[in-house]
Amino acid sequence: MTERTRIPLHRDPKFRALVIQILALAFVVYGFYSLFQTTVDNLVARGIQTGTSFFDEVAPFQIGFSPFFDYKLGESTYIDVFFVGIQNTILVAVLGIVAATLLGFFIGVVRLSPNWLISRGALAYIEIFRNVPLLLQIMFWNFAIFLPSLPAPKNSIEMGAFYLNARGFHTPLPVIEDSTGFALWMAMLAVLCVGLIVFARRAKVRFQETGQQLPVVWISLGAIIGGGYLLYLIAGSPLIFDEPVLGRFNFKGGGQLPLPLFSLWFALTLYTAAFIAENVRAGIQSVSHGQTEASHALGLSRKDTVRLVTIPQALRVIIPPTISQYLNLTKNSSLAVAVGYEELVAVWAGITLNQTGQALVIIGMTVAVYECLSLFTSFVLNWYNKRIQLTER
Amino acid sequence: MADVKTFVPAPDRAPPSSAVGPIAWVRDNLFGSIGSSIATLVFFYLFFSYVPPFVEWALINANWTGSDRSVCEANAAGACWTFINVRLEQILFGLYFASNPDELWRPTLIFILFFALLLPLLFEKTPGKKWLTIALLGVFPVVFYFVVYGGYFGISQSNTTQWGGFLLTFALAFVGILLALPIGILLALGRRSELPVIRSMCVIYIEFWRGTPLITILFMASVMLPLFFPAGVEFDKVVRAMIGITLFQSAYTAEAVRGGLAAIPKGQSEAAMALGLGYWRRTVFITLPQALKISIPSIVNTFIALFKDTSLVSIIGLLDLLNMAQTTARSMEWKGYDIEAFLFAGFVYWAFCYGMSRYSQNLERKLDTNRRN
Repeated sequence: MTERTRIPLHRDPKFRALVIQILALAFVVYGFYSLFQTTVDNLVARGIQTGTSFFDEVAPFQIGFSPFFDYKLGESTYIDVFFVGIQNTILVAVLGIVAATLLGFFIGVVRLSPNWLISRGALAYIEIFRNVPLLLQIMFWNFAIFLPSLPAPKNSIEMGAFYLNARGFHTPLPVIEDSTGFALWMAMLAVLCVGLIVFARRAKVRFQETGQQLPVVWISLGAIIGGGYLLYLIAGSPLIFDEPVLGRFNFKGGGQLPLPLFSLWFALTLYTAAFIAENVRAGIQSVSHGQTEASHALGLSRKDTVRLVTIPQALRVIIPPTISQYLNLTKNSSLAVAVGYEELVAVWAGITLNQTGQALVIIGMTVAVYECLSLFTSFVLNWYNKRIQLTER
Repeated sequence: MADVKTFVPAPDRAPPSSAVGPIAWVRDNLFGSIGSSIATLVFFYLFFSYVPPFVEWALINANWTGSDRSVCEANAAGACWTFINVRLEQILFGLYFASNPDELWRPTLIFILFFALLLPLLFEKTPGKKWLTIALLGVFPVVFYFVVYGGYFGISQSNTTQWGGFLLTFALAFVGILLALPIGILLALGRRSELPVIRSMCVIYIEFWRGTPLITILFMASVMLPLFFPAGVEFDKVVRAMIGITLFQSAYTAEAVRGGLAAIPKGQSEAAMALGLGYWRRTVFITLPQALKISIPSIVNTFIALFKDTSLVSIIGLLDLLNMAQTTARSMEWKGYDIEAFLFAGFVYWAFCYGMSRYSQNLERKLDTNRRN
């Protein structure tokens, strides 16, 4: 009897699973090992010394744009180049994310407008911008539109204290003049924020107890803008604005966004906004009409319905794919190499690789940076998904 | 009681003219509220200040004919499509075929064959779809190799370094999807496998390639690939780009297929298990066919993304559609017509991507109603 019920070893699922996994692992390990061996042989044959010793060598090229680090030709090392690259990648990603979110939400909402023309206009925008390669769009704006049509610095397009010309976009930059005054202002702002948080809590408690609402958002906004400015004056105006001034060849002083950064930012924004707009549209449409009707039946006003019923449910659908779009935008910023904006791929995987020939280390580090960003994004996504699941029931 | 009056309703009156017809439509859809009216006016203002001048430049005043730039210089108010017209063969088929007019039949034949196979597949009721698919995915690539690359049957061998234009874009995208599909299916199955080692290897592979920008992968393929293979094994640039694109695309295809697999109810594979089918039979005959069918829209979407992304090979120096158009516009002969070059290339990309996305949306809608019934 026992003989008949016993499974032969080669039919036992557990044993088979074990064998298959060991074989697969051995295959992959062997693959990596032989890859490693060939690579080492090849490196030896070509006389390339792979290592990180080039990090401390002085980089023989200039990086024109480095807003937060000091980069000096003849002093800065290759590893500085790496950090400047990361800094510039993050800068364009942040600028792009802010602008693409604003534009994307606007177009997504407008897409659902009852106005036929406006809704069709938004549709046309989405279909045009998301179906043309981003690289083509970046090069189009940079080489075909901005570079030939923007004026020389002398005839810059003037918008208040902002200037746009073929070299880039120039803005006034706040500089701390009086550091004690600045610290005082910051401290007072912090107190103001704490006060507003307490106020918001009180207002919520009051709403839950009595049903009376206070316009918390408007009061907070007013307090931060108006109160912030008042406190700024009380602290003795600790900032001065460094305005760009036309020099002999170009503007000096102030903040400068070089034209490649401007074109890249412009194209990334238009492209990513088309995708975000689609997410927004899908999110709003995913909230069933019954929700709105039920909310009206409960006596909520039209504004409260949108604010308390539609938007929170729509955001649940909108936010996860939008976070993925943020990651895409960051990865897409590597296309800057086509217009010469000095971000990670351009200065590190491009120029530094050409100068040193250290392909393995350099590509490895570049990939590692993007992998970290991607892991961080999926971490945020998982956290968000878990949070909205908890609040669901 | 004899004369019972029956109630005869009066015929319906026509709806008031203010509720139907174009005037009501305009009122409801364009001037529904104050905000809407303002938006309409702003839209009209922007539309009429940008679109008519553009149409005038691009179509009405444009230069279409001629053979050199003097035509365009004489009429500078219009777009210079002459340049696209003169260099069309180069932009579509690349330098090799453009410089050998006797060989032009090769890419032309390939494109005709491709569309002849593809177009019937797009309709639902075409008979013999299975055979068409096999021909497209199995036979067509072989024909492509022999006709475009050549070297056999008295067809001269074309130099891949001289491949370019739309033909190269097409080749990269097609090879990418063709090779990525089987790899992606295996990865998707692996990611849903119950064996932890297999599953984690697939997860690492997929997330690694999805986390890296394609341009970095192309750099990797062009500078690091030669290091990974023993001396003597050499790939040309085009093949290296194809390898990079395939690795990248297989991760995205895997995610698309995984979505399809996840949507198949568990009862399907449980029923198959109850019938005594092993893992592979269960997968090949029961779950995978259903999963692939519903993941076609997502696969098409990843393919659209790939088709756009092939333009990145211009950064590593390949002359694809984008780079060819741009290079032509930078040649001495046609210097300064960048806008036309970009618009033309952009239009070609747009037409293909928009077509594919419409197709995928239609399919999605069809599949969706199927499931609801």
